[in-house]
Amino acid sequence: MTAAAPRLAAVPSEAAPKVHARLDGVTRVYPPRAGHGEVHALGPISFDLRAGEFFSVVGPSGCGKSTLLDVLAGLAVPSAGSVEFEGKPVRGEVPDGVGVVFQEDASFPWLTVEDNVAFGLRRAGVDAAESRRRVDFAVGFMGLKDFRRAYPSQLSGGMRQRVCIARTLVMQPRLILLDEPFGALDQQTRLLMGDELLRLWRETSATVLLITHALDEANLLSDRIGVMSARPGRFIDIVETGWPRERDSRLAERPDFGAVTSRLWSYLRGESLRALGQGSAAR
Amino acid sequence: MKVGKAKADNRATWIRVAVLASAVGALEIACRVGWVPATMVIAPSAMVKALIETLQSDDIGAHLQQTLSAVAIAMGLSIVGGFLIGFVLHWVPFLRRAFNPFLAAYYAIPHFAFYPLLIVIFGLGPAPLIVLATLFAMVAMIVATMAGLDRVPRVLLKTARMHRLSLLEEIWRIRLPAAAPHLLSGVKLAVAYSFIGVIAGEFILSTSGIGHEIAYAYDNFDNPRMYALILFVLAIVTCFNMAVYAYERRLARRRGA
Repeated sequence: MTAAAPRLAAVPSEAAPKVHARLDGVTRVYPPRAGHGEVHALGPISFDLRAGEFFSVVGPSGCGKSTLLDVLAGLAVPSAGSVEFEGKPVRGEVPDGVGVVFQEDASFPWLTVEDNVAFGLRRAGVDAAESRRRVDFAVGFMGLKDFRRAYPSQLSGGMRQRVCIARTLVMQPRLILLDEPFGALDQQTRLLMGDELLRLWRETSATVLLITHALDEANLLSDRIGVMSARPGRFIDIVETGWPRERDSRLAERPDFGAVTSRLWSYLRGESLRALGQGSAAR
Repeated sequence: MKVGKAKADNRATWIRVAVLASAVGALEIACRVGWVPATMVIAPSAMVKALIETLQSDDIGAHLQQTLSAVAIAMGLSIVGGFLIGFVLHWVPFLRRAFNPFLAAYYAIPHFAFYPLLIVIFGLGPAPLIVLATLFAMVAMIVATMAGLDRVPRVLLKTARMHRLSLLEEIWRIRLPAAAPHLLSGVKLAVAYSFIGVIAGEFILSTSGIGHEIAYAYDNFDNPRMYALILFVLAIVTCFNMAVYAYERRLARRRGA
């Protein structure tokens, strides 16, 4: 706790933002299996997630972005190093106050939209009246009011992803981790979902970590963007965007918007080529 | 879209009914005119008449009861047992590796060839029939259970971990509902195989039961009674399967299949 990561906390100490989660020298190595040897997927990575910030992670495919999220969420145990959330170590279990939205459709096809959204509440010991209030809010917030009694199969992919976000939202997480949640959606829907995500982030004042492969999306949504190298993934740089807290997809019209995307791409072009090279060499 | 599909469904139903009705009608005419001798097949209307008479005779109740209770027991044993075995094999990979070849080759075995052996072991009562039918039906349930549990999407299990469900909660609230469609098709097969197992067993070597009555009528050239009983078995099996099918449809509609 005492030794702050000096590499990233370049801000004077009295103005230093509160650390919400911390990764310290985290690596993840997969043991050798039939067909390939040991795979060094991630790290070592050290960085602090500041309380209330919107942080995105971009990187070439296969660089360990999802592994980073799994380790941070407690869904995977790091091979070395440590993870902390709100000052407590995270190891092999998702801490209370962390919500995850996955890339794949994780809605439960056998439950209605409202039962999907309410899924975690009973287990968390939330009483019926409070549950109803939270579900009403989340369903309304995500624009699912007219579909409360629908089953996921009756919804589009974007709406199903909203169901999953609402299901995470009702748990009132203080840290929301999103693993390419809009990966399967078309560009227009992505932009609108991005706006909703920003609204959600502002209104809940949660810390958000978003994994994405879309540089524009990362730029638009984030306070800071971590750029990862090809496998084993490490941060090449962490870019501060400096955007105002009140923002939406119209930010892309700003003249300085393109400069940030260009900077991200200048980092990633080489890494992406390397990642491609790795792929063909493995074959 | 939905209206179009309903229309297509309606037309399919109509065609199916028309084909069935004309087949039955053709058989009726062929029998009445004498193209098909009554020693071979009797007219459908005669079958129905014989069925009503057979069901009114007082000895049929005992046979019915014996067959249906044997089927019910075999069904229960194979569904519950098959589910439990499938569950264990899914959970313990080395057991699964050990038993997989047996499961794969299982339906290549002519089960009924072992029936005489089962009689030697269990005696001439309902027991060998129940064992035979259970052996026949259970593996379908085992295979369906394993397939269902294997196909639970990983992301749903990750979601369970995010909500910090205990193992039992994860099984009850995630794995089983996610596997339900596969489990149901296993149940459907187990129902059908239980009927086949019991009735075919009775056919081969038994002193009572519907299967025995069919074989007995056959041996005595009692065509009306034989066809009446065959019709009866068909009707029961169809009713049973339609009940499971209707339930399955309801589940599937809800899931949008």
